[in-house]
Amino acid sequence: MAYKIIASMCTGCGACEFECPNKAIKESDGVFIIKADKCTECEGAFDTPQCAAVCPVDDTCVPA
Amino acid sequence: MSRPVVTLASIKRLSEPERPKIKASSSCASASDPRIADHPCYSEEAHHYFARMHVAVAPACNIQCNYCNRKFDCANESRPGVVSEKLTVEEGLQKVLAVAAKVPQMSVVGIAGPGDSLAGASAPKTFALFKAVRAALPDVKLCLSTNGLALAEHVPQLQELGIDHITVTLNAVDAEVGEKIYPWIFWQGRRLTGREAAQTLLERQLLGIEKAVQAGMLVKINSVLIPGINDDHLPLVHKAVQERGVFLHNIMPLISNPEHGTVFGLAGQPAPTNAQLESVQEACGIDAKLMRHCRQCRADAVGMLGEDRGQEFTSDKLPAQAQINHEARHLYRSVVAEERADRKAAALRADAALALAAHSPKRRVAVCTKGGGRINEHFGHAREFRLYDVDATGLSFVGVRRADNYCQGGWGEDDNMEAILKALEGCEAVLVSKIGRCPKDELAKAGIDAVDGYALSYIEEGLSNWYAGLALPARISA
Ligand code: SF4
Ligand code: SF4
Repeated sequence: MAYKIIASMCTGCGACEFECPNKAIKESDGVFIIKADKCTECEGAFDTPQCAAVCPVDDTCVPA
Repeated sequence: MSRPVVTLASIKRLSEPERPKIKASSSCASASDPRIADHPCYSEEAHHYFARMHVAVAPACNIQCNYCNRKFDCANESRPGVVSEKLTVEEGLQKVLAVAAKVPQMSVVGIAGPGDSLAGASAPKTFALFKAVRAALPDVKLCLSTNGLALAEHVPQLQELGIDHITVTLNAVDAEVGEKIYPWIFWQGRRLTGREAAQTLLERQLLGIEKAVQAGMLVKINSVLIPGINDDHLPLVHKAVQERGVFLHNIMPLISNPEHGTVFGLAGQPAPTNAQLESVQEACGIDAKLMRHCRQCRADAVGMLGEDRGQEFTSDKLPAQAQINHEARHLYRSVVAEERADRKAAALRADAALALAAHSPKRRVAVCTKGGGRINEHFGHAREFRLYDVDATGLSFVGVRRADNYCQGGWGEDDNMEAILKALEGCEAVLVSKIGRCPKDELAKAGIDAVDGYALSYIEEGLSNWYAGLALPARISA
């Protein structure tokens, strides 16, 4: 029940961090990472995981 | 006050009242408007005296364009619109202060990306930087570029900060065209695709434009010309934005190269030729002002005219504390005021020169300049050329052609000459401050006359005298 970010694909734009309803995303070394314990896959808040919906690089925010 | 810089332009306008042409002086019709008089991106004339800088604090975006690849990041690449640096608000302010300390010509600070300046994650940073710059440098103008998706809701905040210039990129006003350009948008927590995405985007863009104009802002529209996709459609875009009272509509050529990994680049979508660009500009420009001096700055560009001093001000080179010399900045402005008056006088002399050459055909000529409105750039250093059409009734500014659009490194001299010859296509002559023997011969082979006899004179005066075949008047102010 969590998403993850494929670090090698991440541009570090930070779009996902802002959209996450649970503050589960943080910057680390120029890329962004998801804290699995905080991620709810946006259940109850949005229809779709916000990080995946806003990320400019396909298949970068994916189910862990 | 409203006397145009090139008075011959007004003569020409009188002779063609229903079809005003774009002139070197077109921006001067409103040059008395303090919002644009010193703005190098809005006033062609100011372009010669003032510099702008873009600060890359906005990496996040809310739409995907087929001409953009967000992964693309290369410090050697001067592809317009792409930046390699991402700055925090604090770093951004530090950079602005460092540039202001070193470049007294700097009159405009803009945020143009590399993502969208008003996207969810970007907007707070954009506003924080604007506030900080406003406090530190009250004389600097602030401006912003956006794709327009999130513009409408931010207009009040922009107004509060005193931002009076915004640029919106608008490539289509019909979702059928738009969906070929935008694969998706992120809107209200959802990723929209296809026609729904294009429709939502264009509705939000037009609403944002309307609100910004109503709020009294100067709104400029940039449209990317994508051959085969929106070339026939851009006159409609032009009409739509004109009805909404935008200040300028600028058409920029698509930059398409497979190496950039964009959807268009990979699909082999061609960039427009100079002729295609001009014909679309013409089709739209019948009753409008176009901004032909725009050079599609990168989102971290620093400098005047075609120069990009961005590399001098990367984060690792910034001083911890920049000393701003406000006096030098004021001094620069007073020198500029004198120069501008002098250039006006030169334009009057240009009138006289052209009057002697009545009933002559239109000739296209290129000029090398590094600012100040003068022919003062060595051909060997020129990265771009300003093109003019001259005939006995006046001169009109055709636009800027760059010879370095895709790449700075990796080209041998020969290749560069090829790019230069392409940029100079259709020109009879190029007016330079100096030129070497070899390139002069090579240009001659291509039928282009390289002329250094008007070095340091004002562009208008040099062009007119070249046209009239006259020697320079005795006084050349250096
Ligand atoms: S799926 Fe939702 S909750 Fe999880 S990290 Fe992405 S945006 Fe945050
Ligand atoms: S939106 Fe995608 S590219 Fe941007 S920081 Fe998040 S994971 Fe990285």
